[in-house]
Amino acid sequence: MIWQPAILSLQVTVLASLLIFSLGLSLGVFLARKHFPGQIFVSTVLNLPLVLPPSVVGYFLLIILGRGSPIKEWLGIDLLFTWQAGAIASTVVALPLMVESTRAAIADVNPELEAAARTLGSTEWEVLRRITIPTAYRGILAGLGLSVARALGEFGATLMVAGNIPGRTQTLPLAIYDAVQMQRYTLANIMVILMTTIAFALLWWVRRIEAQHSHSQQQPSQQQPSQQQPSQGQTSPRNRPRATHPCHETDRRYSKTSAPLRPRRQL
Amino acid sequence: MKLIVDIQKHLPHYDLDVSFSLAGETLGILGASGSGKSITLRCIAGIESPTRGTIVLNDRVLYDFRQGINIPSRDRKMGFLFQNYALFPHLTVAQNIAYGLKKFPKAMVKHQVMRHLDQVKLSGLGDRYPQQLSGGQQQRVALARALAPEPDLLLLDEPFSALDTHLRNELENHLIKTLAGYQGLTLFVSHNLEEAYRVCQKLLVLDQGQVAAVGDKQAIFDRPSTLAVAQLTGCKNYSRIHPIDRYTLRALDWACTLQTADPLSPHHTHIGIRAHQITFLESLDQSPIQPNTLSAWVAWTSETPHRMTIYLKLGEPSIDTNDYHLQVEVFKEKWDRLKKRPMPWLACLSRDRLMLLKP
Repeated sequence: MIWQPAILSLQVTVLASLLIFSLGLSLGVFLARKHFPGQIFVSTVLNLPLVLPPSVVGYFLLIILGRGSPIKEWLGIDLLFTWQAGAIASTVVALPLMVESTRAAIADVNPELEAAARTLGSTEWEVLRRITIPTAYRGILAGLGLSVARALGEFGATLMVAGNIPGRTQTLPLAIYDAVQMQRYTLANIMVILMTTIAFALLWWVRRIEAQHSHSQQQPSQQQPSQQQPSQGQTSPRNRPRATHPCHETDRRYSKTSAPLRPRRQL
Repeated sequence: MKLIVDIQKHLPHYDLDVSFSLAGETLGILGASGSGKSITLRCIAGIESPTRGTIVLNDRVLYDFRQGINIPSRDRKMGFLFQNYALFPHLTVAQNIAYGLKKFPKAMVKHQVMRHLDQVKLSGLGDRYPQQLSGGQQQRVALARALAPEPDLLLLDEPFSALDTHLRNELENHLIKTLAGYQGLTLFVSHNLEEAYRVCQKLLVLDQGQVAAVGDKQAIFDRPSTLAVAQLTGCKNYSRIHPIDRYTLRALDWACTLQTADPLSPHHTHIGIRAHQITFLESLDQSPIQPNTLSAWVAWTSETPHRMTIYLKLGEPSIDTNDYHLQVEVFKEKWDRLKKRPMPWLACLSRDRLMLLKP
């Protein structure tokens, strides 16, 4: 009884995560880089799912995916009441977290680093791939972690577009609702513990990334280079030492939430 | 190797208008902070775009407003050393240096990186991350990274400003030696005149976005043509003037009459003399009596490890420490002999040392 919703939740979350990662990264990079009229409008619309009631988001999705929509009528794809529709609902609801976090992290990358890469012969695409994204990876990972946790717990919008069909679209949050309705508390307890554990683990991971992040910028303890033993194979970004040299502009990173939306450039 | 720059850029507080050409030497761009030095360098590197003008390097047009040419940074073949080095924090030292060498085969890149690490005396530190290096080491990595792709032009943006004094000397000597073996052209931006003087053969002085002087460094120090250049090259004493005849003038701020070696022209509005070029006479009966010898009283003195700065009042004793006309710099040994003498002293402003200045 618990395996079906668990596997469905996994399916939905994996698909949603892929969508969140690709869409969120592109949108985040785009919003951090390009300055265009109506930028604040676009960014507001993208953030709406954070504050709208899930039923309203679900209603919009019904209009977009349902009868009379281009996807249904022109492409002939009927997504309503499939687990894929659930994944789309999860994506839309969780996407703002990823976009916002990525945008702030990218905007926070020291522009001198990118200028340096350009003078060394890099194209814009290479700068993005080899300098900007690797430098901003903490903010991007934190955003992904948060949004995956949010996608996993999605309930309302999923119910509207995917329904609550056991074995087909019933994910863990929906199964918990059913179990409580039917007063099957043992089953509900198990699923609640499972959900809480996974969500806790994801958030803990995100906080740890952020803690390392602020640690690396706020504690520039002047360690002598000789005290650190650089060993071979430390290329994994998570293993390498985080000692920073103080007052070094290339290490200038602020909390990812402190980078405001850039206003349109003058001139 | 030839670089021709003639650019204008509209900036919020003033308009930048710089033009110069350079062949073979190292050019130092000297100016106060905010005078447009760094922006000039960034325009040449293609990091920022000028509003108008041309930039030509060895017959390659890099920027031309009228022809609509603006070659992107990546194709300009320039090495840029940033003020804070801009080392890539997620790449090792070796990877940083190899960054600009991606068009070469792998084995060659490895060899080149080793050679450049060796050249900046950092062999063995290739596996470290920039954060694990000291400021001076980071600067040398940045220099190696800028030089590795063998650029036609090397741009140095205040490369010593983030370093302690004792490191500066060492790295300055290292830079001078490195530049001696480098084939391309170098532009060196600095607000420190002594540093610029040591590193470069030619100087360009920027003031409020305009070229105040350009040419051989000794000529600029000896014969600054304008007041701004005199001030930027460290001249401490200057006064407004009122001409009396072709070689005589009244120094209004110093309340004295002076003779000059160069003929006065109506363009000259100020006169100046450097603090270490003022001398003192033992007594008036020294023969032959020199012109421009004035009686002077000490207003106050300030001490540095090896020198003494003496603030002098001409003509009469000074009222307080702010009441002075001239600053004189002497070595401590000289000061030890001077201070025993009774007032007034005889200060000599040699005719050859006086600099006539335009506004």
